[in-house]
Amino acid sequence: METKNSTRLWKSYQKEIADDHYYYARSCIRQNFFPASEKVFLKILQEELQKDIYDDPHHTTCTGIAYHSDIIPQETTATVIARHFALMTELGYENLAISCVTSFGLYTELLETWKHFPEEEAKIRELLWKATRREFSIPKNLAHSSDIIFHNREEINNKSKRRLVNAKTGQPLKVVDHIGCHYAKLFPEKGIGGAEFPYVLTGMVESWGGQVIDYPERRHCCGFGFRQYLVMANRGYSVSNSKKKFDSMAPYEPDFIVSNCPGCSMFMDKWQYTIAEMEGTTYGKGGYGIPVLTYEEMAGLVLGYDPWDLGLQMHQVSVEPLLDKMGIDYSKPNKYKTQQPNSFPKKPLKLMV
Amino acid sequence: MWGYKIITTNQIDYDKNNRAIRNKILALEPSLRICIACGACTATCTAGNLTPFNIRRMNVLLQRGEYDDLKSELGKCMLCGKCTLVCPRGVNLRNLILKTRETLLNDECHVL
Repeated sequence: METKNSTRLWKSYQKEIADDHYYYARSCIRQNFFPASEKVFLKILQEELQKDIYDDPHHTTCTGIAYHSDIIPQETTATVIARHFALMTELGYENLAISCVTSFGLYTELLETWKHFPEEEAKIRELLWKATRREFSIPKNLAHSSDIIFHNREEINNKSKRRLVNAKTGQPLKVVDHIGCHYAKLFPEKGIGGAEFPYVLTGMVESWGGQVIDYPERRHCCGFGFRQYLVMANRGYSVSNSKKKFDSMAPYEPDFIVSNCPGCSMFMDKWQYTIAEMEGTTYGKGGYGIPVLTYEEMAGLVLGYDPWDLGLQMHQVSVEPLLDKMGIDYSKPNKYKTQQPNSFPKKPLKLMV
Repeated sequence: MWGYKIITTNQIDYDKNNRAIRNKILALEPSLRICIACGACTATCTAGNLTPFNIRRMNVLLQRGEYDDLKSELGKCMLCGKCTLVCPRGVNLRNLILKTRETLLNDECHVL
């Protein structure tokens, strides 16, 4: 086999990730569906890794949902993102850490557009000045927050209190990794491993003791797609794509799914309930589903954090089977300690919770 | 209730399709093996001129082991035999359709 050029080829799937001093751009939907993930990310960076990262309360949506739904024009999106660059510049930061893959894709798309069409950048600078009297510098480094966890995976491993292994058998946990399309399919060279050889989550899993499953539909979209879920009649397309992935991964009996995309995490979690209710299919053992974690939640478990402080009680699919496999000692009564009495939703008919 | 539904995939999974029935039918009418999919049968088909019936498509479904779709196609054939007359390879399509009907009818899982 020809291996002379393999190092050079693999270099095209690498990216530079800043080591410190980040301006943090939060995600719209993660704060609602996986509210602890971003908090845990900040905690890991600030307290575990002693990094400087600024969580700006003035930061807003990137408008990605509206942009990809054809509701607002690109100029509006570009001006909103330019404002984020301006906030970052005013605070003296040059490295952007982005929580959402759609924001990551959009920021990257914008910078690429300006590289090829400088007149567009000049136009947006003018629009931003007219609207807000702000100016900005182009970020030196643009990284998705999963890139940053990947970058520090060995340091996290050194501080780990748990491993991604089955506590009873000692075998590595079988993990399905799922990268968001907007992370590596828009600009493959901006994602670690590109779209063909996704490595950002795999690298974390392997460092922390787990084993990634390379199943047939590994690179398939979860089906989320903004226009799919916004229009109710189109949601069948979304759930059918998720089902295609579940059907493909199920024979490998994964212990959990990890994703770096807000939408993928949410839909792969929630659609398991929908599929169970619609046709009675469940993908875990004993009528349970396959737990879906964000990479921060996975890192938090490895670092020994309490599962309920990580927000795992917010998931549709119960995570207890996974916690039991990892030998994590958790309190059952504490799972819903912040929930108001008599405010629990009805239990699903098919999916065990 | 939901306002949407799970769409059946178009993916052809040869690991799941039961090709034993296809092999049985091919044994009963082996001439299908020399079909070059020219479509002369479909072009001349009387039923095909009046309905969406398509013999070439039916042959493809049979080769793939997609019997559910094949079942609904078979009933449209009027057994006139013109397809057999025009076939440049001499495939006995009329007999093929008869044997396919018989085989699927005899299979409890594939009642026409």
